[in-house]
Amino acid sequence: MSKIARRMFAVLSVAACWAALLMTIASAEIASPQPGGCLPDFKLPIPENTADKEYLGLTTSGQFNIGQIKAQVIIIEILSMYCPYCQREAPEVNRVYEIIENNLNLKGRIKLIGIGAGNTPFEVQIYKEKYSVPFPVFSDEDFSLHKAFGEVRTPFFIGVTIKPDSTQRVFYAKLGGIDGAESFVKLILRLSGLEQEKKP
Amino acid sequence: MKRALSVTSALAVISIFFCVSSAFSVSEAFKKNIYNPGVLKPTDSTLNVSVGDRAPDFSLPSLSGEKISLSRYRGKSNVVLSFVPAAWTPVCSDQWPGYNIVGDIFKKHNAILLGITVDNLPTLHAWTNQMGELWFPVLSDFWPHGAVADSYGVLRSDGTAERALFVIDTGGIIRFIKVNDINQRPKLEELVKALEELKE
Repeated sequence: MSKIARRMFAVLSVAACWAALLMTIASAEIASPQPGGCLPDFKLPIPENTADKEYLGLTTSGQFNIGQIKAQVIIIEILSMYCPYCQREAPEVNRVYEIIENNLNLKGRIKLIGIGAGNTPFEVQIYKEKYSVPFPVFSDEDFSLHKAFGEVRTPFFIGVTIKPDSTQRVFYAKLGGIDGAESFVKLILRLSGLEQEKKP
Repeated sequence: MKRALSVTSALAVISIFFCVSSAFSVSEAFKKNIYNPGVLKPTDSTLNVSVGDRAPDFSLPSLSGEKISLSRYRGKSNVVLSFVPAAWTPVCSDQWPGYNIVGDIFKKHNAILLGITVDNLPTLHAWTNQMGELWFPVLSDFWPHGAVADSYGVLRSDGTAERALFVIDTGGIIRFIKVNDINQRPKLEELVKALEELKE
Protein backbone atom coordinates (compact mmCIF):
# COMPACT_ATOMS: atom_id res chain seq x y z
CA MET A 1 0.00 0.00 0.00
CA SER A 2 1.44 3.37 -0.92
CA LYS A 3 2.02 6.09 1.70
CA ILE A 4 -0.86 8.19 0.28
CA ALA A 5 -3.24 5.23 0.24
CA ARG A 6 -2.33 4.40 3.86
CA ARG A 7 -3.02 7.98 4.92
CA MET A 8 -6.32 8.02 3.04
CA PHE A 9 -7.25 4.73 4.74
CA ALA A 10 -6.41 6.21 8.15
CA VAL A 11 -8.49 9.34 7.48
CA LEU A 12 -11.47 7.32 6.30
CA SER A 13 -11.20 5.00 9.31
CA VAL A 14 -11.29 7.95 11.71
CA ALA A 15 -14.30 9.41 9.87
CA ALA A 16 -16.11 6.06 9.93
CA CYS A 17 -15.50 5.62 13.68
CA TRP A 18 -16.72 9.16 14.31
CA ALA A 19 -19.86 8.52 12.25
CA ALA A 20 -20.50 5.23 14.08
CA LEU A 21 -20.15 6.96 17.45
CA LEU A 22 -22.55 9.72 16.44
CA MET A 23 -25.04 7.20 15.05
CA THR A 24 -24.95 5.36 18.37
CA ILE A 25 -25.58 8.60 20.26
CA ALA A 26 -28.37 9.58 17.87
CA SER A 27 -30.08 6.21 18.08
CA ALA A 28 -29.90 6.04 21.88
CA GLU A 29 -33.36 7.42 22.58
CA ILE A 30 -33.86 9.13 25.90
CA ALA A 31 -36.62 7.35 27.78
CA SER A 32 -39.58 9.31 29.07
CA PRO A 33 -39.97 9.57 32.88
CA GLN A 34 -41.33 6.40 34.47
CA PRO A 35 -42.92 5.76 37.88
CA GLY A 36 -40.25 4.67 40.32
CA GLY A 37 -37.57 6.59 38.47
CA CYS A 38 -36.17 10.07 38.76
CA LEU A 39 -36.54 13.13 36.61
CA PRO A 40 -33.66 14.16 34.40
CA ASP A 41 -31.39 16.73 35.97
CA PHE A 42 -32.54 20.16 34.82
CA LYS A 43 -32.88 23.70 36.02
CA LEU A 44 -35.54 26.33 35.40
CA PRO A 45 -35.32 30.10 35.71
CA ILE A 46 -36.74 31.49 38.94
CA PRO A 47 -39.81 33.44 37.79
CA GLU A 48 -39.64 37.21 37.86
CA ASN A 49 -43.36 37.26 38.46
CA THR A 50 -43.85 37.65 42.23
CA ALA A 51 -46.99 35.50 42.37
CA ASP A 52 -45.29 32.56 40.60
CA LYS A 53 -42.20 32.96 42.75
CA GLU A 54 -44.22 32.94 45.96
CA TYR A 55 -46.30 29.99 44.76
CA LEU A 56 -43.13 27.95 44.26
CA GLY A 57 -41.70 29.13 47.57
CA LEU A 58 -38.56 30.50 45.96
CA THR A 59 -36.86 33.53 47.38
CA THR A 60 -33.73 34.11 45.33
CA SER A 61 -33.18 34.82 41.66
CA GLY A 62 -31.33 32.82 39.03
CA GLN A 63 -32.19 29.18 38.51
CA PHE A 64 -33.74 26.43 40.58
CA ASN A 65 -34.28 22.72 40.40
CA ILE A 66 -37.48 20.85 41.12
CA GLY A 67 -36.27 19.77 44.57
CA GLN A 68 -36.16 23.40 45.69
CA ILE A 69 -39.90 23.94 45.19
CA LYS A 70 -41.60 24.22 48.55
CA ALA A 71 -43.98 21.28 48.26
CA GLN A 72 -44.24 17.57 48.87
CA VAL A 73 -45.62 16.77 45.43
CA ILE A 74 -45.05 18.50 42.11
CA ILE A 75 -47.24 17.92 39.08
CA ILE A 76 -45.48 18.80 35.85
CA GLU A 77 -47.41 19.23 32.62
CA ILE A 78 -45.39 19.14 29.41
CA LEU A 79 -47.56 21.18 27.08
CA SER A 80 -47.50 23.42 24.04
CA MET A 81 -49.44 26.47 23.04
CA TYR A 82 -49.74 24.78 19.66
CA CYS A 83 -51.21 21.54 21.01
CA PRO A 84 -55.00 21.31 20.53
CA TYR A 85 -55.25 18.59 23.18
CA CYS A 86 -53.45 20.81 25.73
CA GLN A 87 -55.77 23.67 24.80
CA ARG A 88 -58.84 21.50 25.37
CA GLU A 89 -57.44 20.17 28.62
CA ALA A 90 -56.38 23.56 30.03
CA PRO A 91 -59.63 24.36 31.93
CA GLU A 92 -59.57 20.95 33.58
CA VAL A 93 -55.93 21.37 34.64
CA ASN A 94 -56.85 24.78 36.06
CA ARG A 95 -59.53 22.97 38.07
CA VAL A 96 -56.85 20.70 39.53
CA TYR A 97 -55.05 23.83 40.73
CA GLU A 98 -58.28 25.23 42.21
CA ILE A 99 -59.16 22.00 44.02
CA ILE A 100 -55.72 21.95 45.62
CA GLU A 101 -55.62 25.64 46.50
CA ASN A 102 -59.13 25.53 47.99
CA ASN A 103 -58.35 22.57 50.21
CA LEU A 104 -56.46 23.64 53.32
CA ASN A 105 -55.08 20.14 53.75
CA LEU A 106 -53.57 20.16 50.24
CA LYS A 107 -52.66 23.81 49.66
CA GLY A 108 -48.92 24.26 49.76
CA ARG A 109 -48.27 20.52 49.63
CA ILE A 110 -49.02 19.91 45.93
CA LYS A 111 -47.89 22.37 43.29
CA LEU A 112 -48.23 22.49 39.53
CA ILE A 113 -45.87 23.74 36.88
CA GLY A 114 -46.05 23.66 33.10
CA ILE A 115 -43.24 23.39 30.57
CA GLY A 116 -44.02 24.78 27.11
CA ALA A 117 -42.19 22.46 24.71
CA GLY A 118 -40.75 24.51 21.87
CA ASN A 119 -42.68 27.57 23.03
CA THR A 120 -41.02 30.96 23.25
CA PRO A 121 -41.71 33.08 26.38
CA PHE A 122 -44.15 35.09 24.22
CA GLU A 123 -46.02 31.93 23.21
CA VAL A 124 -46.11 30.67 26.81
CA GLN A 125 -47.58 34.00 27.87
CA ILE A 126 -50.23 33.77 25.14
CA TYR A 127 -51.20 30.29 26.41
CA LYS A 128 -51.31 31.48 30.02
CA GLU A 129 -53.51 34.43 29.14
CA LYS A 130 -55.86 32.54 26.80
CA TYR A 131 -56.60 29.87 29.37
CA SER A 132 -56.08 31.95 32.54
CA VAL A 133 -53.50 29.43 33.70
CA PRO A 134 -52.88 30.22 37.38
CA PHE A 135 -49.67 28.22 37.86
CA PRO A 136 -46.18 28.92 36.47
CA VAL A 137 -45.45 27.80 32.92
CA PHE A 138 -41.86 27.83 31.70
CA SER A 139 -40.62 28.30 28.17
CA ASP A 140 -38.59 25.47 26.63
CA GLU A 141 -37.92 27.34 23.42
CA ASP A 142 -35.09 25.14 22.16
CA PHE A 143 -36.79 21.85 23.12
CA SER A 144 -33.88 21.00 25.42
CA LEU A 145 -36.16 19.99 28.30
CA HIS A 146 -38.53 18.25 25.92
CA LYS A 147 -35.60 16.22 24.66
CA ALA A 148 -34.47 15.43 28.22
CA PHE A 149 -38.00 14.19 28.94
CA GLY A 150 -37.79 11.71 26.05
CA GLU A 151 -39.58 13.86 23.43
CA VAL A 152 -42.99 12.92 24.79
CA ARG A 153 -46.14 13.89 22.94
CA THR A 154 -48.27 16.54 24.62
CA PRO A 155 -49.90 16.91 27.06
CA PHE A 156 -47.78 14.70 29.30
CA PHE A 157 -48.26 14.71 33.06
CA ILE A 158 -45.62 13.75 35.60
CA GLY A 159 -46.11 13.44 39.36
CA VAL A 160 -43.02 13.77 41.53
CA THR A 161 -42.60 13.47 45.29
CA ILE A 162 -40.06 15.76 46.92
CA LYS A 163 -38.38 14.50 50.07
CA PRO A 164 -37.17 16.83 52.86
CA ASP A 165 -33.61 16.33 51.61
CA SER A 166 -34.77 17.65 48.16
CA THR A 167 -34.44 14.28 46.45
CA GLN A 168 -37.29 13.40 44.12
CA ARG A 169 -39.06 10.34 42.81
CA VAL A 170 -41.49 10.02 39.92
CA PHE A 171 -44.70 8.27 40.97
CA TYR A 172 -46.87 9.10 37.96
CA ALA A 173 -46.18 9.62 34.26
CA LYS A 174 -48.90 9.61 31.65
CA LEU A 175 -49.49 10.82 28.13
CA GLY A 176 -52.80 12.48 27.36
CA GLY A 177 -55.60 14.02 29.37
CA ILE A 178 -56.27 13.75 33.10
CA ASP A 179 -59.81 12.29 32.94
CA GLY A 180 -61.44 14.82 35.25
CA ALA A 181 -59.87 17.12 37.83
CA GLU A 182 -61.41 15.53 40.94
CA SER A 183 -60.42 11.98 40.07
CA PHE A 184 -56.97 13.14 39.01
CA VAL A 185 -56.35 14.81 42.38
CA LYS A 186 -57.53 11.64 44.15
CA LEU A 187 -55.20 9.57 42.01
CA ILE A 188 -52.27 11.86 42.77
CA LEU A 189 -53.00 11.68 46.50
CA ARG A 190 -53.14 7.90 46.40
CA LEU A 191 -50.09 7.29 44.22
CA SER A 192 -47.90 9.85 45.95
CA GLY A 193 -48.69 8.49 49.41
CA LEU A 194 -49.91 11.92 50.47
CA GLU A 195 -53.32 10.46 51.23
CA GLN A 196 -51.83 8.61 54.21
CA GLU A 197 -49.96 11.62 55.55
CA LYS A 198 -51.34 14.44 57.61
CA LYS A 199 -50.35 18.00 56.85
CA PRO A 200 -47.20 18.79 58.84
CA MET B 1 -2.73 21.16 6.33
CA LYS B 2 -5.11 20.85 3.37
CA ARG B 3 -5.81 17.22 4.32
CA ALA B 4 -6.42 18.18 7.96
CA LEU B 5 -8.97 20.76 6.83
CA SER B 6 -10.71 18.18 4.64
CA VAL B 7 -10.95 15.76 7.56
CA THR B 8 -12.27 18.49 9.84
CA SER B 9 -14.87 19.48 7.24
CA ALA B 10 -15.95 15.88 6.75
CA LEU B 11 -16.32 15.35 10.49
CA ALA B 12 -18.26 18.59 10.83
CA VAL B 13 -20.69 17.57 8.07
CA ILE B 14 -21.16 14.11 9.60
CA SER B 15 -21.66 15.64 13.05
CA ILE B 16 -24.32 18.06 11.82
CA PHE B 17 -26.11 15.30 9.94
CA PHE B 18 -26.39 13.07 12.99
CA CYS B 19 -26.81 15.68 15.70
CA VAL B 20 -29.64 17.76 14.25
CA SER B 21 -32.47 17.67 16.74
CA SER B 22 -35.92 16.66 15.63
CA ALA B 23 -36.97 19.92 17.36
CA PHE B 24 -40.69 19.47 17.42
CA SER B 25 -43.35 18.22 19.73
CA VAL B 26 -46.48 16.46 18.61
CA SER B 27 -49.84 16.81 20.22
CA GLU B 28 -51.49 13.62 21.41
CA ALA B 29 -54.55 14.94 19.52
CA PHE B 30 -53.03 13.35 16.42
CA LYS B 31 -52.34 10.05 18.22
CA LYS B 32 -49.80 8.04 16.25
CA ASN B 33 -50.93 9.27 12.85
CA ILE B 34 -48.11 11.69 12.22
CA TYR B 35 -45.58 10.75 9.57
CA ASN B 36 -42.11 11.92 10.44
CA PRO B 37 -40.11 12.72 7.30
CA GLY B 38 -36.97 13.37 9.34
CA VAL B 39 -34.81 16.44 9.04
CA LEU B 40 -35.32 18.11 5.66
CA LYS B 41 -33.38 20.68 3.69
CA PRO B 42 -34.37 23.93 5.47
CA THR B 43 -35.61 25.67 2.29
CA ASP B 44 -35.80 24.36 -1.24
CA SER B 45 -37.24 27.03 -3.52
CA THR B 46 -36.66 30.56 -4.75
CA LEU B 47 -39.12 33.32 -3.99
CA ASN B 48 -40.93 34.83 -6.96
CA VAL B 49 -42.16 37.83 -4.98
CA SER B 50 -40.65 40.44 -2.71
CA VAL B 51 -41.89 42.80 -0.02
CA GLY B 52 -43.52 45.74 -1.82
CA ASP B 53 -44.81 43.61 -4.72
CA ARG B 54 -48.47 43.16 -5.50
CA ALA B 55 -49.45 39.72 -4.20
CA PRO B 56 -50.34 37.29 -7.02
CA ASP B 57 -54.07 36.70 -6.97
CA PHE B 58 -55.47 33.19 -6.74
CA SER B 59 -58.69 31.32 -6.30
CA LEU B 60 -58.60 28.03 -4.39
CA PRO B 61 -61.16 25.56 -3.07
CA SER B 62 -61.60 25.64 0.68
CA LEU B 63 -62.80 23.11 3.23
CA SER B 64 -66.10 24.95 3.57
CA GLY B 65 -66.82 24.17 -0.08
CA GLU B 66 -66.51 27.69 -1.44
CA LYS B 67 -63.72 28.97 -3.62
CA ILE B 68 -61.74 31.71 -1.98
CA SER B 69 -59.82 34.31 -3.92
CA LEU B 70 -57.27 36.69 -2.49
CA SER B 71 -58.83 39.63 -4.32
CA ARG B 72 -62.05 39.37 -2.29
CA TYR B 73 -60.18 40.89 0.66
CA ARG B 74 -58.80 43.85 -1.31
CA GLY B 75 -59.77 47.11 0.37
CA LYS B 76 -61.35 45.21 3.25
CA SER B 77 -58.80 43.39 5.35
CA ASN B 78 -55.18 42.46 5.64
CA VAL B 79 -54.39 38.85 4.75
CA VAL B 80 -51.90 36.41 6.19
CA LEU B 81 -51.08 33.43 3.99
CA SER B 82 -49.72 30.49 5.94
CA PHE B 83 -48.28 27.86 3.62
CA VAL B 84 -47.38 24.64 5.42
CA PRO B 85 -45.60 21.72 3.74
CA ALA B 86 -48.01 18.83 4.17
CA ALA B 87 -50.82 17.39 6.24
CA TRP B 88 -50.02 14.74 8.87
CA THR B 89 -46.45 15.86 9.39
CA PRO B 90 -44.99 16.94 12.75
CA VAL B 91 -44.39 20.67 12.68
CA CYS B 92 -47.34 21.49 10.42
CA SER B 93 -49.74 19.68 12.72
CA ASP B 94 -48.69 21.89 15.60
CA GLN B 95 -48.69 25.21 13.74
CA TRP B 96 -52.29 26.07 12.85
CA PRO B 97 -53.71 24.98 16.24
CA GLY B 98 -51.56 27.74 17.72
CA TYR B 99 -52.96 30.31 15.29
CA ASN B 100 -56.39 28.98 16.17
CA ILE B 101 -56.21 30.42 19.69
CA VAL B 102 -54.99 33.85 18.62
CA GLY B 103 -57.87 34.84 16.35
CA ASP B 104 -58.23 37.98 18.46
CA ILE B 105 -54.72 39.12 17.51
CA PHE B 106 -55.58 38.80 13.82
CA LYS B 107 -58.90 40.57 14.37
CA LYS B 108 -57.19 43.38 16.27
CA HIS B 109 -55.06 44.00 13.19
CA ASN B 110 -57.95 43.60 10.76
CA ALA B 111 -56.34 40.49 9.31
CA ILE B 112 -57.71 37.23 8.00
CA LEU B 113 -55.62 34.08 7.96
CA LEU B 114 -55.68 31.72 4.99
CA GLY B 115 -54.06 28.34 5.63
CA ILE B 116 -52.78 26.68 2.47
CA THR B 117 -51.24 23.30 1.71
CA VAL B 118 -50.78 21.32 -1.51
CA ASP B 119 -52.90 18.45 -0.12
CA ASN B 120 -56.31 17.60 -1.51
CA LEU B 121 -59.52 18.50 0.33
CA PRO B 122 -60.31 15.04 1.76
CA THR B 123 -56.86 14.87 3.34
CA LEU B 124 -57.19 18.39 4.71
CA HIS B 125 -60.62 17.55 6.08
CA ALA B 126 -59.36 14.51 8.02
CA TRP B 127 -56.25 16.29 9.26
CA THR B 128 -57.78 19.57 10.40
CA ASN B 129 -60.59 17.71 12.18
CA GLN B 130 -57.98 16.74 14.77
CA MET B 131 -57.26 20.42 15.43
CA GLY B 132 -60.74 21.32 16.61
CA GLU B 133 -62.85 23.97 14.90
CA LEU B 134 -60.62 26.38 13.01
CA TRP B 135 -61.74 30.00 12.72
CA PHE B 136 -59.86 30.56 9.45
CA PRO B 137 -60.33 29.07 5.97
CA VAL B 138 -58.11 26.19 4.89
CA LEU B 139 -57.38 26.11 1.17
CA SER B 140 -56.23 23.30 -1.06
CA ASP B 141 -53.52 24.11 -3.59
CA PHE B 142 -53.65 20.55 -4.86
CA TRP B 143 -54.54 21.03 -8.52
CA PRO B 144 -52.90 22.23 -10.67
CA HIS B 145 -50.50 20.89 -8.13
CA GLY B 146 -48.96 23.66 -6.00
CA ALA B 147 -49.69 26.33 -8.62
CA VAL B 148 -50.27 29.06 -6.04
CA ALA B 149 -47.26 28.06 -3.96
CA ASP B 150 -45.25 28.13 -7.18
CA SER B 151 -46.51 31.59 -8.11
CA TYR B 152 -45.17 32.88 -4.79
CA GLY B 153 -41.99 30.83 -5.18
CA VAL B 154 -42.53 28.51 -2.23
CA LEU B 155 -43.04 25.18 -3.99
CA ARG B 156 -40.27 22.76 -3.07
CA SER B 157 -38.72 20.35 -5.51
CA ASP B 158 -40.56 17.41 -3.91
CA GLY B 159 -43.97 19.00 -4.55
CA THR B 160 -44.59 20.14 -0.98
CA ALA B 161 -44.75 23.80 0.03
CA GLU B 162 -42.32 25.70 2.18
CA ARG B 163 -43.31 26.69 5.69
CA ALA B 164 -43.92 30.28 4.68
CA LEU B 165 -45.84 33.30 5.87
CA PHE B 166 -46.89 36.26 3.73
CA VAL B 167 -48.57 39.34 5.16
CA ILE B 168 -50.54 41.25 2.55
CA ASP B 169 -52.09 44.61 3.30
CA THR B 170 -55.56 45.81 2.34
CA GLY B 171 -54.13 47.26 -0.86
CA GLY B 172 -52.92 43.80 -1.94
CA ILE B 173 -49.26 44.64 -1.35
CA ILE B 174 -46.92 42.13 0.30
CA ARG B 175 -45.60 43.66 3.52
CA PHE B 176 -43.84 40.71 5.15
CA ILE B 177 -42.37 37.43 3.96
CA LYS B 178 -40.96 34.68 6.11
CA VAL B 179 -39.81 31.44 4.52
CA ASN B 180 -39.01 29.50 7.64
CA ASP B 181 -36.74 26.51 8.07
CA ILE B 182 -39.20 23.74 7.18
CA ASN B 183 -38.09 21.76 10.23
CA GLN B 184 -39.09 24.46 12.69
CA ARG B 185 -42.18 26.41 13.54
CA PRO B 186 -41.97 30.17 12.98
CA LYS B 187 -42.08 32.14 16.20
CA LEU B 188 -45.49 33.65 16.75
CA GLU B 189 -44.04 36.96 17.85
CA GLU B 190 -42.48 37.53 14.40
CA LEU B 191 -45.89 37.33 12.78
CA VAL B 192 -47.47 39.50 15.47
CA LYS B 193 -44.76 42.12 14.96
CA ALA B 194 -45.42 42.10 11.20
CA LEU B 195 -49.11 42.65 11.84
CA GLU B 196 -48.34 45.50 14.23
CA GLU B 197 -46.15 47.13 11.60
CA LEU B 198 -49.05 47.25 9.15
CA LYS B 199 -50.32 50.29 11.00
CA GLU B 200 -47.10 52.23 10.39
